[in-house]
Amino acid sequence: MMHAEEYAITAADLLLLMPLLVVTATSIWVMMAIGVRRNYSFALVSTVAGLLLGALATVPLLLSLSPGVGHSLFTIDVDGHALFFTALICLTAAGASLVAHDYWLEFDDHREEFLLLLLLATVGAIVLAGASHFVSLLLGLEILGMSLYGMLAYPVHGQRRAHGEALESAVKYLILSGVSSAILLFGIALVYAQTGSLAFHGLESLPNGADSGLSVLALLLICSGMAFKLSLVPFHLWTPDVYQGSPAPATAYLATVGKVAAFAVLLRLLLETRAMGLVSVVTTLSVLATVSIVAGNLLALLQDNLKRVLAYSSIAHMGYLLIALIAGFHSQGSLSIEAAAFYLLAYAIMTLGAFGVIAQLSSDASERDDIAGYQGLFWRRPWLAAAFTAMLLSLAGIPLTAGFIGKFYLVLAGVESGLWLLLGALVVGSGIGLYYYLRIVYRMLLPEPADASPLRGGATGLAMLLVLFAALIVLGVWPAWVMEAISNIAL
Amino acid sequence: MIVPWLIALLFVGGLLAWASERFGAEWPRRVALAVLVLELLLLASLLGGSLQAGWLAEFNHAWLPRFGISLHFAVDGLSLLLLLLTAFLGIVAIGSAWAEITERTGFFYFNLLWTLAGVVGVFSAIDLFLFFFFWEVMLIPMYFIIAIWGHENKFYAAKKFFIFTQVSGLLMLVAIVAIAWFHYLQFGFFSFDYLDLLEVDMSRNVEFWIMLGFFLGFAVKLPSVPFHNWLPDAHSQAPSAGSIILAGVLLKTGAYGLVRFAVPLFPNASAEFAPVAMTLAAISILYCAKVAFAQADLKRLIAYTSVSHMGFVTLGIYAWNELALQGAVMTMLAHGLSAAALFMLAGALQHRIHTRDLFAMGGFWRHAPRMGAMAMFFSIAALGMPGLGNFVGEFLALLGAFQANQVLTIVSAFGLIFASVYSLWVIQRAFHGKFPEASLDPGRLPDLDRREMAYYFAMVAGLVWMGVYPQSFLDLSAPTLQALLEGQAVLATPGAPQP
Repeated sequence: MMHAEEYAITAADLLLLMPLLVVTATSIWVMMAIGVRRNYSFALVSTVAGLLLGALATVPLLLSLSPGVGHSLFTIDVDGHALFFTALICLTAAGASLVAHDYWLEFDDHREEFLLLLLLATVGAIVLAGASHFVSLLLGLEILGMSLYGMLAYPVHGQRRAHGEALESAVKYLILSGVSSAILLFGIALVYAQTGSLAFHGLESLPNGADSGLSVLALLLICSGMAFKLSLVPFHLWTPDVYQGSPAPATAYLATVGKVAAFAVLLRLLLETRAMGLVSVVTTLSVLATVSIVAGNLLALLQDNLKRVLAYSSIAHMGYLLIALIAGFHSQGSLSIEAAAFYLLAYAIMTLGAFGVIAQLSSDASERDDIAGYQGLFWRRPWLAAAFTAMLLSLAGIPLTAGFIGKFYLVLAGVESGLWLLLGALVVGSGIGLYYYLRIVYRMLLPEPADASPLRGGATGLAMLLVLFAALIVLGVWPAWVMEAISNIAL
Repeated sequence: MIVPWLIALLFVGGLLAWASERFGAEWPRRVALAVLVLELLLLASLLGGSLQAGWLAEFNHAWLPRFGISLHFAVDGLSLLLLLLTAFLGIVAIGSAWAEITERTGFFYFNLLWTLAGVVGVFSAIDLFLFFFFWEVMLIPMYFIIAIWGHENKFYAAKKFFIFTQVSGLLMLVAIVAIAWFHYLQFGFFSFDYLDLLEVDMSRNVEFWIMLGFFLGFAVKLPSVPFHNWLPDAHSQAPSAGSIILAGVLLKTGAYGLVRFAVPLFPNASAEFAPVAMTLAAISILYCAKVAFAQADLKRLIAYTSVSHMGFVTLGIYAWNELALQGAVMTMLAHGLSAAALFMLAGALQHRIHTRDLFAMGGFWRHAPRMGAMAMFFSIAALGMPGLGNFVGEFLALLGAFQANQVLTIVSAFGLIFASVYSLWVIQRAFHGKFPEASLDPGRLPDLDRREMAYYFAMVAGLVWMGVYPQSFLDLSAPTLQALLEGQAVLATPGAPQP
């Protein structure tokens, strides 16, 4: 690892950081534009263009990298892994800002700052995708978290609804997120105390063996802190409340970019450093995965609120993803990273799509998050309902959708490492999951109620949802090109 | 090259049928009918091929090269028989839905054609990933058919159907991935191709567990006791077209999977497992015949008889000799026709008198003699009357099974007697006796019209053909079955791909 005093940034380094710089510059640009003259459409176009540019900037870098080779820039790695997740984060954030468009149409307060917060959060997420040092890990997490508090509480100053819920969810997230950061920091401090290094590589020199007590404690504290961000059971308690209380576009962002970034950094932290020779850590993670899958799916059964259903289902999905992570310890193969990468890609599309549908039908004045409110959607808005059905079936892992290929990857990674018990949990969890996904689908198939309230919706959000729908099907039917691409992002 | 077109035709036809709804509610069924007739003709064109030269038609193209997954379709005599049955019953299903489905017709025929597309894919896929892909694809449209156009308890039935088959399907996915993984360990590259996977050597223990994954997937679909629980609900709640496709075609995919994949891929484990499977088959035959007799709901009754008859198929498959396998295949075909016809009759009755309750029926023969005659014919066919297809199938299956396991075969043979009991009971209950004049106006029970009679006569002709000259069917499936018995995919002849 290089030391700060002998480090000088060169032009080539700046080129490597281009995606991060582009998105940062976009946030400054949008801030200045707001200062000059408020125009929501201009801010939206700038945001989306900046994020797409950021995603595009990863392409030449990806092509110039030979597989398995990366560049280390002080606390950030630029390698296939970081670039893939950077691109995914940028695209998802662009999608999230577009599906949010119709939601804020009648909002009686300034709307532009939501985009600004979204851009700042994305900067944090991009830092996380490349973090190779505990400093950048914390910086990334906090930039992402701070911006998210603002996004979750965004409608508080509007006049059209008593926004206690949004405030409640933001405060909940703020407090619990702070606690989890403190736990994480304690773990980091224990690592530093033993190795004298804050780089992820330092974990490799953690004592393991007879005197591994403190190492295990340190790693468990770090895993707990991350488990909170990923809302794994038993660190999940905030998730349903926050998802339900916050505005749908913010939930969409939190559920997609927030999770993808946290998982990307966890993958690098645990797999790249190969620090997890400790059986107790692997066992703990396996238990977390199993409990998350079972509890997430079972609790989702009891919900009548769509956002809560999706919150619990996201808990279960994070449990599925841990299977890929755990597989990485056993087989040391790159298949687990491929599996996680593809699953996160599919997860981002289908989750953004599902919350996008809710955002499309909701406004800051009223959230349409009761499952009963979706009755007859199939006959009232066929395209929207078809997209929603596809997202739900993809979450359930049914073929023709990206979710199926993702599940196939997980099964492959699990079989490779012989994780039969976890695969059993996956099968059982998917079976339970079908029940509540189908419940929503069935609701949409019922004849529309006589006293149906009029449906909102605009063209921008619908167009974005149809793009997601198309991406979901293309990835489900012809994923070969993505498979080739992600087979090169091994750490 | 023809096989992908067979599937694409149904997918595209489904979309066309949906889109054609804008011209009028009767257009989707016309489009669907045209598509299926074309499908049947395309399939019939394959009949001329030489059966001794390997596959009748084959298509192989890379799909997901990262994992050695390809779009590998191939059709041989066995697949072709089942594909013909699929297309034929598809047409019958349209006939049954013709007057019954009046709401959202476009979406209905879209789902019908997409279900059949999945089934055609299942019967022709040789790559196991592709097979699983289609295995699941056929579920979603079927779910919609039951959930939208079903009867009073449709959501429960649709959900149960979906969850049962999906969970067992996931177990099968794990098993498929596991066998592909062992192929990777042995040969150093990924492949999901059936021909490659046939060569995998596994330890006894591993082979058994993977085989069990496949067996569970297929046994739920078949279904075999104790996994039959979803079927009576799904059949009784589905609209008649859905019941016809379920009983006639979807159940056969489970049996096909056993013959094509479960036993040949794991010959040793299957041989060890055969007594268990045959016992389950015998229990299915007897127990479900008994339960069928206790049903008051006509469609539930027929559903249970389906489980009972499919027991003969399982029995024949696990006896694993040519005679028994021929019997299993014949039973699949004949039961496909007879069960479809009976469900169509039950649907026709329900459409007319709005009940499936046998105790609300009686004396129908006098008011609807043609319907009575048809019910009589297909009940007698189902109970195994010599001269009709079901007899040939069940007789051959028992004959073959007798060589493998005498006790279970003797026990199973009682199923034939039970079958006559419940079949004749249905006729007696619904068509003889006193007409329930108090609750039913005879005017609500018009007899079968010409269009309906045409469908029944086509099925009558099929069953008589199977019963009188079964050789024309046996000849088609024999090369495949002989090859499978020798542990090969196709008969080893010059020009054929060597497994």
